Formats: sequence, C-alpha cells, structure tokens
Amino acid sequence: MAVKKLPIAKAINESLRAALDADPKVLVMGEDVGKLGGVFRVTDGLQKDFGEDRVIDTPLAESGIVGTAIGLALRGYRPVVEIQFDGFVFPAYDQIVTQLAKMHARALGKIKVPVVIRIPYGGGIGAVEHHSESPESLFAHVAGLKVVTPSNSSDAYWMLQQAIQSDDPVIYFEPKRRYWDKGEVNTEAIPDPLHKARAVREGTDATLVAYGPMVKTCLEAAAAAEEEGKSLEVVDLRSISPLDFDTVQASVEKTGRLIVVHEAPTFFGSGAEIAARITERCFYHLEAPVLRVGGFHAPYPPARVEEDYLPGLDRVLDAVDRSLAY
Amino acid sequence: MTVESTAARTPRRAGSGGKRASAGASAGTKKSASTKKDVARGKGAAQGGEPELVQLLTPEGERVENATYDKYVADITPDDLRALYRDMVLTRRFDAEAVTLQRQGELGLWPSLLGQEAAQVGSGRATRADDYVFPTYREHGVAWCKGVDPTLLLGMFRGVNHGGWDPNTNGFQLYTIVIGSQTLHATGYAMGVAKDGADSAVIAYFGDGATSQGDVAESFTFSAVYNAPVVFFCQNNQWAISEPTEKQSRVPLYQRAQGYGFPGVRVDGNDVLACLAVTKWALERARAGEGPSLVEAFTYRMGAHTTSDDPTRYRRDEEREAWEAKDPILRLRAHLEAEGHADEGFFAELEAESETLGKRVRDVVRSMPDPEPMSIFENIYADGHALVDEERAQFDAYQASFVDAPVNAAAGGEVK
Repeated sequence: MAVKKLPIAKAINESLRAALDADPKVLVMGEDVGKLGGVFRVTDGLQKDFGEDRVIDTPLAESGIVGTAIGLALRGYRPVVEIQFDGFVFPAYDQIVTQLAKMHARALGKIKVPVVIRIPYGGGIGAVEHHSESPESLFAHVAGLKVVTPSNSSDAYWMLQQAIQSDDPVIYFEPKRRYWDKGEVNTEAIPDPLHKARAVREGTDATLVAYGPMVKTCLEAAAAAEEEGKSLEVVDLRSISPLDFDTVQASVEKTGRLIVVHEAPTFFGSGAEIAARITERCFYHLEAPVLRVGGFHAPYPPARVEEDYLPGLDRVLDAVDRSLAY
Repeated sequence: MTVESTAARTPRRAGSGGKRASAGASAGTKKSASTKKDVARGKGAAQGGEPELVQLLTPEGERVENATYDKYVADITPDDLRALYRDMVLTRRFDAEAVTLQRQGELGLWPSLLGQEAAQVGSGRATRADDYVFPTYREHGVAWCKGVDPTLLLGMFRGVNHGGWDPNTNGFQLYTIVIGSQTLHATGYAMGVAKDGADSAVIAYFGDGATSQGDVAESFTFSAVYNAPVVFFCQNNQWAISEPTEKQSRVPLYQRAQGYGFPGVRVDGNDVLACLAVTKWALERARAGEGPSLVEAFTYRMGAHTTSDDPTRYRRDEEREAWEAKDPILRLRAHLEAEGHADEGFFAELEAESETLGKRVRDVVRSMPDPEPMSIFENIYADGHALVDEERAQFDAYQASFVDAPVNAAAGGEVK
C-alpha cells in the first residue's frame, strides 16, 4: 500500500511528480518554481529531477505565463501553471477569461486547452497586501472554467491528478494556510470524482458548507457545537464550478438549516449562489434562511486584524445560533 | 469591375504607366504636405537616421536590388509572381464582397483588409504547410494563403459562430478579437515546437495598436528568453481605429525588437515580393534555432477599421490618396506587364475567377443557417459540466412549453 502521511504542500508536490512522471506532455511553469522550488516549496526538487525543459522558471509576467501555457496546450502539452499568490493572478485574468475559458467553445469543440492554474489562496498567514485573497467567485462566474479547491492532503493529491487529466481548464486553489497540515494520502486509491462534494461530518441540526481552508474551521466549530449539544453536518464542497448541489441539497433536506462559510467576501460570493439555489431546491425543507459567514465588503485587511476579518470558530457558531433561533 | 477599391480604380482610369509614375510623384508631394504626422513618426528616425524600408518592387513596379533579401526570392518564377498577383486580387475581391454583404445586412460587421493584401499574401506565402499562424481578425489574405476556405471566415461576422474552423486543419488559429492576446499563444506554441524538436515555425500577426498591449511586450520577452521559433509580423497600417501610430510609440515599431535582443526589420508592406522575402528570412531564422524576429510591414488601412467605423472623422483624404499610389496590386501588375510576365488573357481570366468567387461567397453566406438555440449549451466544456447540463434541460423544457414551438424544442432536446 502506498499510504503516506503528508502535509498538503507535499501532497501537491507528489501529485505533480506523479503527473510529470506519467505523461511527458505535462509541464510545470511559473515564477520561481524551478531552482527555488516555489516560494512555498510546493515544486521542490521537480526541476532537478525533470529538467528545466519541463519545470520552467518563467519571466515575471502572469499574463505571459498563462498566455504561453495556452499556446503550449494548443501544441499538445498539458501545462500546470503556478501563480505565486492569489492577488497576483489579475494580470493573467484577461488571458484566463477571454482566451482560456472560451477557446474550446470558439472552436466549436475542435480544440482543447487543458491548462491547470494552481493558485495558493486565502489568508491567515500574516502576509502583506495581495497575499491573502480568495478570488474563487471571479473564476466560478466564468463559463468554460472549472474551479476546485482541496481541503486535505488526499484531495490535494488526487484532485490535482484529476485536474491535470481533465481536457478543460481548471483553476486549482490551494489553501495556503493549511499547506503544512498533515493527512494520509493513498496514491493507489480510487479517488472520488473531481466535482463531487463530500459530507465530512454527519449531523442533524444544521449543515455547514465550506471548502478549502474553511473546512477545518467548520469541523472545529462542529466539534465545539457538539459539546453544547448541537449536531452539525459539515459538507466539503471540493469543487466550486461545477458545484455539487445534490449533495448540499441532500444534507439540507435532512437538517433544514444551512450556513455557508468561506473566506471570500459574502457579497456576490459563492455562498450567495448556494443560498439562491438551495432555496429554490428545498424551500419547504428550510427551517431558516440560508446564512453566510465570510469576508466583508472591504479590501483584505492588514495582517494584525485579519483574524477579525476571517471567519473563525466563533463567527461560525454565531451564525449557527442565529439559524437555530428561527 | 473586379477590384472595387478606389485604389485600383484611379490609376486605371488614368490609363498609362506614365500617369502612374506621375501619381507616384504627386504622392510624394502630398506626403510632404502631411508632414506633421511624418515628423512625429520619424522621431526615432531623427535619432537613428531614416528608418530603413526593405523594398524589392517600387510603387511603379520596378524591381530594385537588395543585397540582403534578394536571395529569398532568387528562385521566384513568373508563375510564382502571377500566383501572388492572383492571391492578392482574389483576396481583395473576397474582402470587397464581404463589405458589400455587410452593407446589405448579411453580415453584422466586417474588418476590411483593403490595402494590406501584399503584407498578408507575401508573408502568408512565405510560410510552409507545417508553420502555424496566429492571426488577429483581419488576416483574410493569410487565411487564403493557408488554404482556409474564405467563407469560413464569415460565420463569426454574420453571427452564426465565434470562429468555427478547425485551426489544426490548416495551421491557422481562430481569429482573436482581444488585441494582442494571440502573440502569447503563438509564443507558447513556438515553445512547444522547440520542445518537440520540430523545425516548423510560428507566425503571429498583430497591428500597430497592439504593440502597446502588455501581452505583446510579454510575448517578446518570453520568446526572447526561450529563443522560441516565432515571427512577429506587425502590420503597421498607420491607424488603430482613430489613433495614429504616434499615439502608440515614439520609435519606429520595428526598433522595439532591439530592446528584447532580437532583430526587427521594416518592410514595405505594399510590396508583396519584399514581404515574401523578409518573412522567409524571419521564418528560416526561426527554423534554424535563431529565435524570434519582428517584421514591421509598413502599409496602410485603405478602408475603415471595420464597417462600423467612419474614418472621415479622424483622417484626411490626402493621406489615403498618397497611399493609393503605392497600391500593392497595381504595383505587381505594373511589374508583370513591364516584364511581359502576364498578358491580357491572364488578367481577363482572373477577373472571371474573381466574379465566380464573389458569387460563391454571396451564395454561401446567404444560405448560412442560424444556429439552433440549444447550441448555446454546446462545447462549453470538453468534459461536461453539471450546471450546463441543468440549464440545458431547463431551457429545453421551457422551449417545449410553448404550444406553437414544439418541433424546434424537441429537435434541440436531442442535442447532447
């Protein structure tokens, strides 16, 4: 059995290694991904083993990285692009939205653009501006893109494998503050489908829906709530586009209450979309309006107040209380 | 009349080659009349001397020697010259037909290439079958050279698709509307060519306005750093909609290449022979592993930016008239006639072929069916997407709910 206990960052590294090993068309490209191994060391050792031709240190130009990755994909390669930080993706946003997302449709399906864009995202690491954002909704809003985010080592490994194998462009958000959380990875397992949500804790009183870094927060909240006699179900979405509404619906039909938790601002965030659709799908099952816990309509704040901005255990439980009060 | 442009008409009306020569002379006068722009354009030139312009055929059709580039067209035959002439005439005829079709409401929009036939045919004919083209949305002449059926270019302008031809069939990517984006795709593709160890080359087309885009600058950087086999073919047609080139740059555009560490050349974009030669040089460099190069084809957009544009608001007729005297088609015709390479029979036959092409284009466009409503949901993802499936089913059900439209909806419902 190939079961290892790995931090998320290392699981991603192993996944990239396996992909590079399995398919000569897979490339890793980005700023500092080569010799340095990435600023988070996620690509550590890959260039040493696979060469500069396949693990490519790029010029410091995000649009150029994604634009050339598109060209490489058109030539038959499968580039896995690293954007160094969430807040640095915007120079590439044009290429991602106007080109990457639409090429397959533009060509009436005659060409495919299998590019994976890895983006470490989210806050909680005490960083400077532009290093702590959660822009997933900006990508989920765009048809042609798929958006996924693992919350644990096993998913980090397998979801990246699946993203690389996908013929569609996939934005793969990495929960950077959980990079060093360890978990078991079975590299010979049969993974769940990439876009399937998973109930990671059973409960009966209310459902917490989260993804990426907030899954851990919600699990902690559920454990704390249990001590207060409340039974919370936690659903890890794993995929934001497409979004597995069936799994969320099944949970809400059981609990009657839904709280969506993400770091991104709630205004026009993924929680808004989930609230709307779940209200449509299970209006008569709901005992309370769908509540959201997330970032404020404010620029991501300086590090010394980020813990006030980020949803933590107490803010999640506050929302649970408000939901249960109906 | 085969050629609908004023450019073609004026000198023909004038008649003899002598008049044509005098048209050239008057163009010279007019050029100095529009000095304001030329001065601004020549800023870089004032520092580094008058920009060099590679020219193998004068506007009067006279072959001039060029020590550097002659060898790239040394083996050209009268047949080849006639073929280039034919390409340009048919491209112009196709383009004129498209303009007309837009005026008649058959197309929503058309970006005319009028005046840029030599730049496109010369560079297009320089490519090999295995070379890959990344065009803007005006490269109808390059598409022609690469063997793309011209009627395929019209679908997106009629509004029945966003492209629709298979880029890999002819090595001709889909038209790219966002300015400059494709130069990065070309560079990435070229990086892939190099990784494959192939000796193909890639050519990226863009305009003078695009040189201001960050993506173009980044493509220069990436191609230089990775020594990618890509040719950047900039058609400087002097106008980015209403903005003249001096609003984009204070140095001649080809000189930009120097800062990135690869050569840049300005070629007479209305001289098909020079465009052929210089592009061949650039492609051969790329194939030989010498990396990227920039070709600035100095030409003129004789028509509007698109059929929606009104150039009378921002440029003077005199400027256009000056460029008419440098018309790419008349130039080669003068050369063919002077050298005795083409007789009246050739021109008459070509005129008939032009008309046939125009009619075919007209017929095809008019019979292009509108896409089925359910096609909105097709080809968004290669591997499918749950939301698309859900919305397709909902829309199908909605359509089917109309009593008077069951047939359409039912047909659409079968679309996967």
